[in-house]
Amino acid sequence: MNFDFSDDQKLLKESVKKMLSDKCDLGRVRKVLDGDEPFAKDVWDALVELGVTGTAIPEEYGGLGLGALELCVVAEELGRAAAPVPFSSSVYLATEALLVAGTEEQKQAWLPKLASGEAIGTFAMAEGFTAASPRTVEVAFNADKLNGTKVAVPDGDIADVAVVLANTGGSGDKALSLVIVDLKASGVTIETVKTIDPTRSHANITFKDAPAELMGTEGEGWASTSAVFDSAAVLMAFEQIGGAEAAMWMARDYALERYAFGRLIGSYQAIKHKIADMYVKLELARSNCYFGAMMLNDKGAELPEAAAAARISATEAYRYAAQENIQVHGGIGYTWEADTQFYFRRSKLLALALGSALEWKDKLVARLETRNAA
Amino acid sequence: MDFNDTKEEADYRAKVRAWLDQNAERKKSSKDALPSLGLEEALERARKWQATKAEGGFACITWPKEYGGQGGSSIHNVIYSQEESNYLVPGGFYAIGLGMCVPTVLAWGTEEHKERYVAPAIHGDEIWCQLFSEPAGGSDVAGLRTKAEKDGDEWVINGQKVWTSGAHYCDYGIVVVRTDPNVPKHKGLTMFIIDMKSEGVDVRPIKQMSGESEFNEVFFTNVRVPDSNRLGNPGDGWKVALTTLMNERLAVGGGGGADWEELMSLGRESELEQMAAMSNGAVRERVADWYVQTQGLKYTRFRTLTALSKGQTPGPESSISKVVSAAKMQDLGSFAMDLQGQAGIIRDREVSPQGAIFQNQWMGGAGYRIAGGTDEILRNIVAERVLGLPQDIRVDKDKPYNELPK
Repeated sequence: MNFDFSDDQKLLKESVKKMLSDKCDLGRVRKVLDGDEPFAKDVWDALVELGVTGTAIPEEYGGLGLGALELCVVAEELGRAAAPVPFSSSVYLATEALLVAGTEEQKQAWLPKLASGEAIGTFAMAEGFTAASPRTVEVAFNADKLNGTKVAVPDGDIADVAVVLANTGGSGDKALSLVIVDLKASGVTIETVKTIDPTRSHANITFKDAPAELMGTEGEGWASTSAVFDSAAVLMAFEQIGGAEAAMWMARDYALERYAFGRLIGSYQAIKHKIADMYVKLELARSNCYFGAMMLNDKGAELPEAAAAARISATEAYRYAAQENIQVHGGIGYTWEADTQFYFRRSKLLALALGSALEWKDKLVARLETRNAA
Repeated sequence: MDFNDTKEEADYRAKVRAWLDQNAERKKSSKDALPSLGLEEALERARKWQATKAEGGFACITWPKEYGGQGGSSIHNVIYSQEESNYLVPGGFYAIGLGMCVPTVLAWGTEEHKERYVAPAIHGDEIWCQLFSEPAGGSDVAGLRTKAEKDGDEWVINGQKVWTSGAHYCDYGIVVVRTDPNVPKHKGLTMFIIDMKSEGVDVRPIKQMSGESEFNEVFFTNVRVPDSNRLGNPGDGWKVALTTLMNERLAVGGGGGADWEELMSLGRESELEQMAAMSNGAVRERVADWYVQTQGLKYTRFRTLTALSKGQTPGPESSISKVVSAAKMQDLGSFAMDLQGQAGIIRDREVSPQGAIFQNQWMGGAGYRIAGGTDEILRNIVAERVLGLPQDIRVDKDKPYNELPK
C-alpha cells in the first residue's frame, strides 16, 4: 500500500509553500481585494519561475511532462494561500482543454505559451443565472465566427486566450462544440464584473463576429467539457482542501487566544466540536482527493466518480470551515479588517466554479446507476 | 501512488492465502456467512478456529514471540484480516479479549501474568471480557463507584459494572475499581485481573432497546481477588485503563450494514411522487452524500495502512472513522425507512425490504453512536489531541472523590 505522494512531490509542495509564504501572505491577497490590480502579477511570475504552469504539459510543447500528482500538490498550496492568480483558469481548464480536444496546430500555438506563462488561458461556459447545458448555451459558432455573450468568465479580463463552449447547431448534447478564441483579436469586448470574491477577477465577454477555431470534432463539446471538468474538479478540490485547512487552523488559533466568560473559548465544547467537525470533513475530503489524484494520474476508469467524490466532499469541507471560522471569531470576524473573509469568499467561488454540488451529486448518481446496471 | 503491496507484503499475503485455502472455505460472495448456531456450538466453532490459527502461526500476529505471538508488524495483521474476510470463518468471541484485554496484560502485567494468561488466550482456551463502564460512569469512566478494599493479601470487590460484552461465557476479565476514595477520582483507581467464575460474580443480560441482548450487567458482591492479580500499582488504574481504551477505539471499527448501494437498490424498487424514488432529487442527493462519505472513510483507512506499510505511526486521521460511520448508520436507516411509505414501521425480517436491515440499522445506530466513545467524547478527543484545544474546565479534577456530588 503506497497511497501517498512521493518524497519528490512533497519537496515540490514545500517549495511552492515556501514561495507563497514569502510572496503571498494574506496581506498580499488583501492588496488585490482593496486595490485595482486584477491579480497578483508578482506571485504569478514567481509561479512561472518555479515552472509549475507547465507541470503537466508534455515536453514537446515546452512543459515539464510530469504527471497530475505534481499539479495536485501545487493546487493544495495555492488554495491554502488563497492566491490571487489565474492558475486554475489557465492550467486546469485552458491547458487541459487543449490537451483533450485541441488540434496539433492549436497545441503548438498555445501550449508553449501557457507553459511559459507568456499567455494566460481561460474557459468560458456560463451565459446566465442558470447551470450551463446543451439546453442553455446560445453563444453561436458558425463559419469561423463566434457571436454572443459569456458571463462570469474566470480571469476573463486577464486571459489572452479562451476555450469557449459554443452552440454549433446539432441536436441534444451534440449541439455543443469547443472553440478557441484569441481574446486580443477583433470582435471581443471584455467587461470586468463584480463578484463575491474580488481577489479572483471575472469578466463578461461579448463576441461579435470574433474569429474562432473549432477544437476537435464538431458536436463533441459537451463530452469534452465533461472530461476537462473531471480533471479540473480533482485539482480544484486540492485547492479547496488547502483553503479549508487554512480556515480550520485560523479558527483553532483564535479559539486558543480569545477569552469569554473567564475562559478560553476553545475550552467550550460548542466551539471545540465545531472545529473538530471541520477536521472530520477535511480528512474525508482529503482522502477522496487522494483517490481522485490517483485516478487522474493513472487515467483510471473510475475518474468520473472519484472526481465527483473529491469535489463534493472538498466543497463541503471548505464551505463549513470558512463559514464557521467567521462564527468562531464572532463580531470581529465579520469586519473588513478580518482575514476570515478571504476563505469565505473563495470557498463559495470555488464551490460554483465548475458547477455546484447539486450538479455533481446528480452526475455522480447517474454514473453509479450506470455502473450498477452494467 | 498505488494500492500495491511491497514485495515483502505480497509474499506474506501469498503465504496467508495458501494457508487459508488449506484451512477454510472461501466465500462465494461477500454476503456469504456461516450458519448461525446456538451459543455453545458457536463458541465451540470459534474456539476451534482460534486454535487452528494459533497452530498455523496466524493468531495474535503482532504480539511478541516470547509469549506465543508472531512478532509480526501491524501491516501483517492487516493483510491477514483482509484475506481472512474472504473466507467463511467464525469471529466475535475473541475480539475484545485479544483486541483489548490481553494487550493490556502484556503492557502492564508481571512476568507471571504473561506466562500464565497470554498463551491460553492465543490458543482460544480462555476468553476475556472488559469491565469498565458503570451505571454512574459512562463517558466519565473515572467517576466509577465499584470499590475494592484490601483484606490481607486479597481485595474485596463490591459494586456493579455494565455493558460488558460476553461476560456470561468469559473466563477472565480486567476490572477497574476504586481503591482510594480520598484522592481525586483518576488517582484512586486500580486494575485487576478477575476470574469470572469467582464466587459473588453475578452476570445478568441487558435487554437493549432493539430487543437484542448483546451485553451484560455484572454485579460484584464481596468478590475476593488476590493482590497478585493486580495490573500496575494501586492508584495506577486509570493509566492502565487508557491502554485498553486506546485499543478499543481501534477495535470498534466500521458500522457495516446497509450503505449507499442498498439504499440505491431500495430507491429503484420504491415509488415516490408517482415515480421511481431514485428519480427524486432528494433521494439522489442522499445517495451521493453517503457514497462520498463511504469512499472518504475507505481511503482514509488506506492512508492509515500506507503509514503502517512504511513502518510509520499512522496520523490522527483514523480518529474520524467512528464519528462518521455511526451517524451515517443511523441516518441512512432512518432515510431508507422514509422511502418505504407508511409500512416503513414494519420491522420483520420476513417481510421488510432487505430483511429489515434499514429498521435494524436505524435502531442499532442509536447504540452504536454511544458504544466505545460517544460522538461527543470522540469530538473532544479530536479537538484536544489532534487540534490542541484545551480540556473543558473540570470541577472534579482536584477534589477528593468522596467529596464530589453524586
